[in-house]
Amino acid sequence: MPIDYIPRTRELYGDYAPYRWVVNETVPWTPLQKPLSQCRIALISSGGIVYRDQPRFHREDASYRRIPKQARPEELDVWHFGYPTADAKKDPNCVFPLERLREFEREGVIGELCDPAFSFMGGIYSSRKVREELAPQIADELKRAHVDAFYLVPA
Amino acid sequence: MVEEAGIPTLCMTSALDITQAVKPPRAVFLNFPLGHQTGKPNNRELQRAIVRDALRAFETIRTPGEIIKLPYVWDPNDSSWEQFDYTKEWAKNMPPRPARDEADGMEAARRSRFSKPRP
Repeated sequence: MPIDYIPRTRELYGDYAPYRWVVNETVPWTPLQKPLSQCRIALISSGGIVYRDQPRFHREDASYRRIPKQARPEELDVWHFGYPTADAKKDPNCVFPLERLREFEREGVIGELCDPAFSFMGGIYSSRKVREELAPQIADELKRAHVDAFYLVPA
Repeated sequence: MVEEAGIPTLCMTSALDITQAVKPPRAVFLNFPLGHQTGKPNNRELQRAIVRDALRAFETIRTPGEIIKLPYVWDPNDSSWEQFDYTKEWAKNMPPRPARDEADGMEAARRSRFSKPRP
């Protein structure tokens, strides 16, 4: 049975004012314009992945990191308070499948993996910060990089 | 927001209740514990299968808001992880001292194994 995360998150933030959950009524839609094998795909993780000595995330941090496409697993670190990170530290591909996507690029499953990949820390209390700061900055970078599809992996 | 900017998006998720409220354009649900959205550590074949199936959803999802459920099972003999109470066990499993602010995050980077020693 899938776990109910909404009640558990309520308990984590028990000291705060009652949370105003984002509940969307409508769904935006852009159809895929070409087959996946011809698409440039961008990867983003909310798992708090950082590359080498990039600043680590802090609570309510709405910044993001650019992770070089060729980064090796031993060059990545994980910094997040909201999930057990031991396995992600052992093998970042559990939450940030960079190596798997490089393989799929070589094999022609996807056209190209966007360089860089992106990462942020998903435990951001303020949905306003995400809506007004983080998301528009990312959307802007993706448009400038002529990305055809955007693949979001939470942790 | 990215979808509205004209780029098709796909989200993975292990939190079905949250995804049903947010209604992203395309979603792929995997019933695995948090921290394992794309598989188990060093299990390349499972990771490949999960990511491959997720990417396929870009082409197969035609209805906005559709959520595809992947068939993989974390442990066919033991589903006790689903009863794991994150609210009580949270502190024990978290990194010892998550950074509290930006200065803390910079300091943590300096203390990381990647930092060059100061001359």
